[in-house]
Amino acid sequence: MSEPITAPITALGGARHDGLARIEEVGLHGMITLRGDLASKAVKAAVMAATGAKLPGQRGVVRGKSGTAIWMSPDELLLCPYAEVDATLGKVTAALGTAHALAVDVSDARAMLTVSGPAAREVLAKLCPVDFAPGAFGPGMVRRTRMAQVPAAIWMEQDESFRVICFRSVARYVFDLLGVAAQPGSGVGVY
Amino acid sequence: MLILHCPYCGVDAEETELSPGGEAHVKRFGPGASDEEFRDYLFARENPKGVHFERWRHANGCGKWFHAARCTMTLEVFGTYSAQTTEPPKEIRDAITAKRPGWTWREVE
Amino acid sequence: MSTRIATQGRLIDRSKPVRFTFNGKAMSGFAGDTLASALLANDQMLVGRSFKYHRPRGIVASGAEEPNALVGLGQGAAFEPNQRATTTELFDGLSAQSQNHWPSLEFDVGAVNSGFARFLPAGFYYKTFIHPRPFWKHIYEPFIRQSAGLGKAPKERDADTYEHFYFFADVVVIGGGVAGLAAAKSAAESGAKVLLIEQTAHWGGRAPVDGGEIDGMSPEAWIAQTLDALKSMPNVTLRPRCMGAGVYDHGYVLGYERLTDHAPETAGPRHRLWRIRAAQVITATGAIERPLSFAGNDVPGVMLASAMRDYVVNYGVAPGQRVIVVTNNDDAYRTAITLKRAGVEVLRVLDARASGGGALMEEARSLGLRIDCGRAVAKVSGGKRVTKVGICAQEGQGAALEEVACDAVAMSGGWSPVVHLWSHCGGKLTWDDALAMFRPDPKRAPTGADGQPFVAAAGAANGELSLGAVLTDADGAGKSAAKSAGFKPKRTKAPRGDATGEAPLAPIWLMPRAAKVSLRMKAWLDYQNDVKVSDVQLAAREGYESVEHTKRYTTLGMATDQGKLSNINGLATLADALGAEIPTVGTTTFRPPYTPISFGAIAGEARGEVFQPLRRTPIHDWHEAHGAEWEPVGHWRRPYTYRQAGETTHDAVMREVNNTRQAVGMLDASTLGKIIVKGPDAGRFLDMLYTNMMSTLKPGKCRYGLMCSENGFLIDDGVVARIDEQTFLCHTTTGGAEHIHAHMEEWLQTEWWDWQVYTANVTEQFAQIAVVGPKARALLESLGGMDVSKEALPFMTWADGTLAGIPVRIYRISFSGELSYEIAVRAGQGRALWDRLAQAGAAFGVMPYGTEALHIMRAEKGFIMIGDETDGTVIPQDLGLSWAISKKKEDYLGKRAQQRSHMTDPERWKLVGLETEDSGVLPDGAYAVAEGRNANGQRNVQGRVTSTYHSPTLGRGIAMGLVLHGPDRMGEVLEFPGTDGKIHKARIVDPVFYDKDGEKQNV
Repeated sequence: MSEPITAPITALGGARHDGLARIEEVGLHGMITLRGDLASKAVKAAVMAATGAKLPGQRGVVRGKSGTAIWMSPDELLLCPYAEVDATLGKVTAALGTAHALAVDVSDARAMLTVSGPAAREVLAKLCPVDFAPGAFGPGMVRRTRMAQVPAAIWMEQDESFRVICFRSVARYVFDLLGVAAQPGSGVGVY
Repeated sequence: MLILHCPYCGVDAEETELSPGGEAHVKRFGPGASDEEFRDYLFARENPKGVHFERWRHANGCGKWFHAARCTMTLEVFGTYSAQTTEPPKEIRDAITAKRPGWTWREVE
Repeated sequence: MSTRIATQGRLIDRSKPVRFTFNGKAMSGFAGDTLASALLANDQMLVGRSFKYHRPRGIVASGAEEPNALVGLGQGAAFEPNQRATTTELFDGLSAQSQNHWPSLEFDVGAVNSGFARFLPAGFYYKTFIHPRPFWKHIYEPFIRQSAGLGKAPKERDADTYEHFYFFADVVVIGGGVAGLAAAKSAAESGAKVLLIEQTAHWGGRAPVDGGEIDGMSPEAWIAQTLDALKSMPNVTLRPRCMGAGVYDHGYVLGYERLTDHAPETAGPRHRLWRIRAAQVITATGAIERPLSFAGNDVPGVMLASAMRDYVVNYGVAPGQRVIVVTNNDDAYRTAITLKRAGVEVLRVLDARASGGGALMEEARSLGLRIDCGRAVAKVSGGKRVTKVGICAQEGQGAALEEVACDAVAMSGGWSPVVHLWSHCGGKLTWDDALAMFRPDPKRAPTGADGQPFVAAAGAANGELSLGAVLTDADGAGKSAAKSAGFKPKRTKAPRGDATGEAPLAPIWLMPRAAKVSLRMKAWLDYQNDVKVSDVQLAAREGYESVEHTKRYTTLGMATDQGKLSNINGLATLADALGAEIPTVGTTTFRPPYTPISFGAIAGEARGEVFQPLRRTPIHDWHEAHGAEWEPVGHWRRPYTYRQAGETTHDAVMREVNNTRQAVGMLDASTLGKIIVKGPDAGRFLDMLYTNMMSTLKPGKCRYGLMCSENGFLIDDGVVARIDEQTFLCHTTTGGAEHIHAHMEEWLQTEWWDWQVYTANVTEQFAQIAVVGPKARALLESLGGMDVSKEALPFMTWADGTLAGIPVRIYRISFSGELSYEIAVRAGQGRALWDRLAQAGAAFGVMPYGTEALHIMRAEKGFIMIGDETDGTVIPQDLGLSWAISKKKEDYLGKRAQQRSHMTDPERWKLVGLETEDSGVLPDGAYAVAEGRNANGQRNVQGRVTSTYHSPTLGRGIAMGLVLHGPDRMGEVLEFPGTDGKIHKARIVDPVFYDKDGEKQNV
């Protein structure tokens, strides 16, 4: 009898759907919520330690050598390290020192999906009250919003594919929603 | 359906991203307050036809509470501002005065 | 008869025949037909019956304003009632059924109502059926319901899909006629992002039918050229088959796009609702021709003059062979001329104006048409189609001068701008006496977030009726909108339109002017709701002065067409009856949507699997595979119980309780809220949030806490664990995670913003598994990894470690009264740990248990449940929880409120346990009755049941309840009348039924 798997798994086991856009769950991905004074040296050092990136500006996404830093609110960042999240959290905590801040692992609390392909902008624009027109939204920007009936954060990578994060419990709902929005024959043809 | 500018994340958010929080600048009364003070704190609310200050939370967004100065008649928005203040800031009051000369709010004008 | 003619038909393709059925009868039309034009081509004059009198009705219009030709379309899962034949594009295989008749369209029993029309005047239902009261429910209403109503609701689930689309534009132009095209072009030339939407499949609106020249071209050539120009501009989006349904606050516009109605076999959604945000909106929605009010104006074959012209020019259909045209303005001459040129016999043009019209009249006369000025229709005769017209003087009572046999009547009462979208968001109207119309008042436009106007009407929608004025107005509106949106318009010339000049119209609201009552009773205002001139006059006589009241009393304009044809005629009739000016009577309110839109489009993607979010724990799939019966808790699904073969739900719950109490059970508690609160002021903050003292809690320890609102009422409870000096982890109820986190943030952001505290909602970071029962410790020890002994991990403490190699944090807390471990594990390993526990637990007899067993066990222990013992009016003091309320703290949320006289009143009902006399189960929510009756004659009450179960542990019914002076009345027996008529008796006891000293959980 083989040993039962105890390694962490994602909410949807890497599910994928091909429609007008490709919708795919990203595999295990480190996510750290960092709350603190974003103007402080301690937070800048923590961001650098975790991702190798500079502090993102308002609604900005900055990619570093070892991860991505995403602006969530005036006192909150989401750090997405590539490497082992526990070790990275340790580095963040060390960099923060005695500063008043909160750094916590939320990797398992979320699901991350990619939405890619030429119709990706339209697929998201069916579900979120956000202007996804080229020129209004592009790489390096993040938007926290409502996707149908749940909150989501959305940003765009350099290759114009989108990353969507939502709470883990609604991963299936969000995946299904995106699948409906990407159904064949539903292209809007405006972007 | 309203659009309000979130002063924290800079997004012009439509109402479905927001949740309303009633009147702004209500002063808290706790133990030691008289019955009248406590009643007014909990229940007495302005209900103006015209300029009103109200609380909103960018719930499906950055999560922050902010304040909006809005005309309840025309839905004109005079400005949005930080929730971390006990009264409307001067620039908001000036913006209202420019549009609604002679308006009043509590003892502030 | 109505028939296809050999010429004309610019929108149809005669090389592509299309087959369809109407009431099961096979018919054929051409590609490009509407259902209405195809029905007319098949001489189907009778298309439906009216709402009240079941009168025969025919097609009267050619567009969205059609009141009569409503049909049921499709079959089974694709059936949809109340569809307008005039806006339904014909496709091969279309099947349509007429409505509102029984047993058949041709022979309708209800038409007998028509014979009694004199007995069914305005307000008839109110007046007649109101007494005696019981008769309404049992006799009148069932009868009326059977005979009333338009189309039938579909019986099957809709097979189609729908979606929303969010779009942002600088300028949205609604309406793709020549005005909309000109406005869109002049706006787009500034560089503004422009969206142009048109409700039909065709661009250009009426202009190709009405004729004239634009920039020296035919309207069709100019439309094609302008469309090409717009399509070549990257900042312009054009959407045909997309109706502007509504204009709302702050530039919100709804566009209703019909994607596959005309081609049902096409893949993809049927409708798409565009949720548009526009800086500026231009309503270029055109104008609608008004009917004339004469007797018999509802007989099939009586049609708007412009509609008859549309059917000839656009579809090559002549709705009659021998036509009489009746008008109060010049435009109807275009119809007379068009008919004549198409080879239709025009018997008369009855021009109600004594002096007749202008150049168009001369043109008609030169074609040899007979024109009678100062003449009117006295009465149209015919049942299911027009047979003859009685002609009289307009200035008179309707004595017929002659009768002329004919088969169709084209009528024109002037034009009304479509001001609906202008008005939706507060745009005001002004009465134009010369044109006898309400038109937008540009000085009182709808205003947006900046207080500035954001809607402008253009072209005919703005009251401009000549081609030249339409184009100049629209060009200016486009430029002005671009400017308001922050762009610089180009200095281009407006397109130049030339059309024949027209003589002024004569406002005529009743034909003839002094029509006698027998004629007025047959002069219809509202075709769909059967409202006549005489009804509005009766309402005025009975004292209805407000147009809004008259509307509701007579039902004028309240049908599915919302009075597009009837409103102006109706309020002019009312004004006349009141002896008032039309502008002082005013209009009713224009509300969105412009025409009905599908429920599917409103729901969008929210149906089936994604109707609403369903929250799943990391162990969800295991529960599903093991027969869980689900209980919705907020959006979560939690297992209620796991039924085994041969068990009832009740059996399963009893087994789960017994097994947990006797051996060991497992509960998926992942849904419990978990919020981290950290910072130098975290203890101080929690002291304000909870009624008890949290700042004194030692790291490593747990404490149960209560949270109240500022009103003093209990809102949530849970166990707080102190992680380190500055960090706490607060457990909330399943339903409370989001709103308690929001509650914390609200106080931190808006009241105590100088306190150094950060929070994070980590509810979903962890799966949480409760392992409960006397064998719980043995089970955990068998997995190995950390010391879970009483000494290492005493009751109300927590520790980090591993189990079976999986990192965990274990809380020694109990909601069942048993030895209990709540194990938090990162969500991604939740299922793995659950599987290990289930596997290793087999040797200890482990079984999963659901929420009902959880509830019974907590009730046996007298633990309260938020939402059962609390309902938003209950304070902790009511529940015997004073021990959890700090006396030392100066302040906490709710403290001042709990000092109010009503909160300290000794008469407040207090928590007690209840034991039934007969061991049965008390009805949930039942009230304990007291002596006497209240002012309403109801029994006085002295308490109520808040939770009630059968306890397998005690073998009897147990309950908790709130009772007057309850704790002082131990042993007293109360009576609880049930809705089943039985009186249930229960004795007041201590609410802790099981293990009062807590020996079992603290081992």
